[in-house]
Amino acid sequence: MSTVPTKAKAVIIGAGIVGNSIAYHLARLGWRDLVQIDKGPLPNPGGSTGHASNFIFPTDHSKEMTAITADSMRQYKERGTFTECGGIEVARTPERMQELERRMSSSHAWGVADTAILTPAEVKKLVPYIDETVILGGFYTPSVGVVDSLRCGTLMREEAVAMGALQTFANIEVIGMDVENGRITRVRTDHGDIEADYVVIATGCWGPKLAAMAGAYIPLTPAVHQMKDIGPVPFFSDTKGDIEWPIVRDMDTNMYERQHGTGLEVGSYAHRPILYSPQDIPSNAAAALSPTEFPFTQEDFDLQDEHSLELMPSIIGDENVREKYAINGILSLTPDGMPIVGETPEVKGLWTASAVWVKEGPGTGKSLAEWMVLGESEIDMHASDIARFHEHQKMTYHIKARCDEGFNKTYGIVHPNEQWSSNRNVRLSPFYAHEKELGAVFFETAGWERPFWYESNKHLVEKFGDKVMPRTAEWESRWWSPIINAEHLQMRETAAVVDLSAFTIFDVTGPSALSVVQRVALRQMDVAIGRVVYTPVLGIHGGFKSDLTIMRLASDHFRVVTGGAHGMADKKWFKDQLPADGSAQIVDLTSNFTTIGVWGPKAREILSAITSQDMSKDAFKFSSCKIIEVGPLSVLASRISYVGELGWELYIPIDQGAKLWELIWEAGKAHGLIPAGIGLYGTTGRLEKSYRAYGAELETEYNVVEAGMQSPKLKEQDFIGRAAHEKHRSEVPVTTLVSLFVDDHTSSTGEKRYMLGKEPIVMVDKSPIIDFHGRRSYVTSAGSAPSLGKHILMTYLPTPLAVIGNKFLVEYLGEFYPVSVAGVGATPLFDPTNERILA
Amino acid sequence: MDLLVCLKRVPIAGGTFLLTPDNRDVETKHLGFGISPHEENAVEAGVQLVEQMGGSLTLLTLGPTDAEEQLRSQLAIGASRAILLETDGQDWDPQGTAAALVDAIKADPTKFELILFGAESADSAGYQIHIRIAHALGWPIITNVKAMTIKDGVVHCERVVGSERELYEAPLPAIVTVRDGLNIPRYPSVPGRIQSRKKPVDMKKAEPRLPKLEKLQLTLAPSKAKSAEILGEGEAAVPALIEVLKKIGILA
Repeated sequence: MSTVPTKAKAVIIGAGIVGNSIAYHLARLGWRDLVQIDKGPLPNPGGSTGHASNFIFPTDHSKEMTAITADSMRQYKERGTFTECGGIEVARTPERMQELERRMSSSHAWGVADTAILTPAEVKKLVPYIDETVILGGFYTPSVGVVDSLRCGTLMREEAVAMGALQTFANIEVIGMDVENGRITRVRTDHGDIEADYVVIATGCWGPKLAAMAGAYIPLTPAVHQMKDIGPVPFFSDTKGDIEWPIVRDMDTNMYERQHGTGLEVGSYAHRPILYSPQDIPSNAAAALSPTEFPFTQEDFDLQDEHSLELMPSIIGDENVREKYAINGILSLTPDGMPIVGETPEVKGLWTASAVWVKEGPGTGKSLAEWMVLGESEIDMHASDIARFHEHQKMTYHIKARCDEGFNKTYGIVHPNEQWSSNRNVRLSPFYAHEKELGAVFFETAGWERPFWYESNKHLVEKFGDKVMPRTAEWESRWWSPIINAEHLQMRETAAVVDLSAFTIFDVTGPSALSVVQRVALRQMDVAIGRVVYTPVLGIHGGFKSDLTIMRLASDHFRVVTGGAHGMADKKWFKDQLPADGSAQIVDLTSNFTTIGVWGPKAREILSAITSQDMSKDAFKFSSCKIIEVGPLSVLASRISYVGELGWELYIPIDQGAKLWELIWEAGKAHGLIPAGIGLYGTTGRLEKSYRAYGAELETEYNVVEAGMQSPKLKEQDFIGRAAHEKHRSEVPVTTLVSLFVDDHTSSTGEKRYMLGKEPIVMVDKSPIIDFHGRRSYVTSAGSAPSLGKHILMTYLPTPLAVIGNKFLVEYLGEFYPVSVAGVGATPLFDPTNERILA
Repeated sequence: MDLLVCLKRVPIAGGTFLLTPDNRDVETKHLGFGISPHEENAVEAGVQLVEQMGGSLTLLTLGPTDAEEQLRSQLAIGASRAILLETDGQDWDPQGTAAALVDAIKADPTKFELILFGAESADSAGYQIHIRIAHALGWPIITNVKAMTIKDGVVHCERVVGSERELYEAPLPAIVTVRDGLNIPRYPSVPGRIQSRKKPVDMKKAEPRLPKLEKLQLTLAPSKAKSAEILGEGEAAVPALIEVLKKIGILA
């Protein structure tokens, strides 16, 4: 094979399970002139697919990951490359048993069939070679299976070739990529150049190296996963196929054991994190085995030998069962544990699906192809979106630090609010020192250190007593404090100042600025200068792409304010809509402005004390913004609220932030102003007001009408998702977002328990609730509503069930608790007429 | 019977050898390490002899501190203890290596009756150390052995030369170097691995000796061009395949 085609619609780099799946799905969706290249030979080019353990456990706490995995299993099955064998995650500790109950509940929330919690004796029945005395129980998933990922990929490639859509070339190495005007134009290889409209990097651990050729980032690191094959095992001498016995995951030791023919494979995520750079991966020629199979390092596995011996002494302890094969296999890790999928924000037309494991491969390929061809995938991929990374998160330091910390969480018990301890204090607000003095407990968002609550408010816990809804169970108390609820109650009495520096802020300017924001926003953007518009942002199918706030500062100048976590993806979405003629621009001002929120009945008095601006109800209307003078400072004040109180968000250049904080702080003393954290802002204040949050209630899989956020009148101008949205408006929604109260928190042991989110909502007879589109009811957000004395759960319910007073159950850590519908649609539970906000 | 097997830590090469930029060493950053294949036969033979006759099996190597890994792996398949003469990581010349090993053998409280070697090391293949040690100890040596038995203080060995077999015997103590075909070396079991971590490895600094040979540069042997011939596809390939099978004597 001496040359490659000189032109292609798309070049897919990589012929592992991911590249093959992308090639197939692009072809299926109608694309032709596809060229796939790999630097290794076929069918096993030497990447991570070739040495994968190939087993799939379908349940993940992430809904997105579970959905992609389920779709992948379907595709493996369609091609006859899936063997079901069942799988059991076993627990050695009580903490792990609780985690297994949590996994059980996730399996119910996402619809994984027939899962069960087993006693040690029941585990032993399924896996006779286990020593049941070292375990407390197991989480059994009958649908666990093993796939032939090389075979499935080969079939997918052949199907694309049969459609006349694809040519594949092995042993071709990419040596460069050309980018013109921010767009990929060409892939250069050692066998010739290929001009292409699209280039897809599906090369696993080599991704960063390739992306760098185009000036883009794929923030992953190659890391070692150790495995050892032993055998022959006399107990397996009669087994026929590759896999007949259930796979065991020994969760507390970060290991798994699976029968493999007559042998047993022992794998581990327990050893020290062994990270490499993409540059360290050898060429196919220089590698002793395959490039991604590094020599086994026994000393890292010493402890695992002992752990596996404890669990399966009859096999592992047999002197005649010997090591057949052991490798340090290379796989890809990312700083937040999710794959990296989508179009790179740096280079138009350069796409990737990286850090995708075998269990997610076919599904991710399908989603990426849909995204490329149709503009949006059926499964919401926002947690995997490559555009999610902030600049500092693309740096090697961050990647190594977080992957180092995250590696042993592969089988870990990860609390939903768990914070990272590495690479902190990267982005600090101008008030950081002051907040620290006040005993702020910092959580991290997008690199920013954000106070979640302040220990200086501890005395308020005594003041409000039981109204802070204290929690006794350790799990719900972790990463939480009753101070959050005390701050909430105090804000409702006086006022609170909130550090909102983590907002992503960018301006859209230029003659076409209005048409850009108009096209992105659902709401009318041709508003008076000085108006603030909260608007959903829709995907092409009318689901939620985001929700954010836009201020009109001039006829050709709009300021977009959105959450830090999703801010970079939002920025890309806006950028993608910019006209080619340069008549509108986007400027990221996140690091130029800091934001302070002041809310509460006393907010007006506090601010009036330090500004000459008339802050009265009529002079400064809700949903408006204006520049005000505060002492020596020029401040952009925006009268909106996410917490249900009168107040303002104050935007100030970062260098003057400390001064503004100081002025507010001094003025607030006389009015009982307290500092309050994001616990209040993001959860308790929001839930009492039934405000929806992107990534929780709002996803592309739900539409505006289902979320109860349709406006009475639809704007005339066109916007992305309009056709779909019009259709949604004309229909009765299949599902409706509601708020539930938990009616009784008492567990079987008499302890009060508080749900944290993602739990399944089921009928009173414990049967699942599934809407006409197959979506299950689960808790999208959960938290205290201290002003209501209730714990609130948000969930979508099939519309006929979404009636105030209707009773259901929530499954939490293996028990069921009664809940009832307290609110339907967007009407707030607290202050339903918004008197406080509009005061 | 007390036996000694001498080992050498060597890189396990992949498809292609790479040299370090100064061309003085094999580039090992992508490679794992093991012992030479023939040494695996030697250890296996030692383990079997101890299983049959009792006694002890000691391992001896001269090499970098990391060579402990190779010693532990062989302890895992049944050796009793090991001695590591630590160098600074440089490859020693045969004279120096042999002299250091001889000193260690003489100093050891165990009086070995049989010392086994692999026929040669997988990396430098000098075929020298065992001869030098035999000479220094004044012991008989039989090299390239493919079968071995011990009876009444005499070791009986068999060598294959072309299509002939040669039989030798030597009184103990003696040195024997072995090749593949002697036995099938076993792999470690997990219990063996666990036990190996408790077995003694005597680590001592090897006293540097003035090298008499200096390594100037390595040159890669010209790679033999490999070629594959496609005989055809499907049924059309059958006649050509039959021809090939006849040619290599599988079909009459």
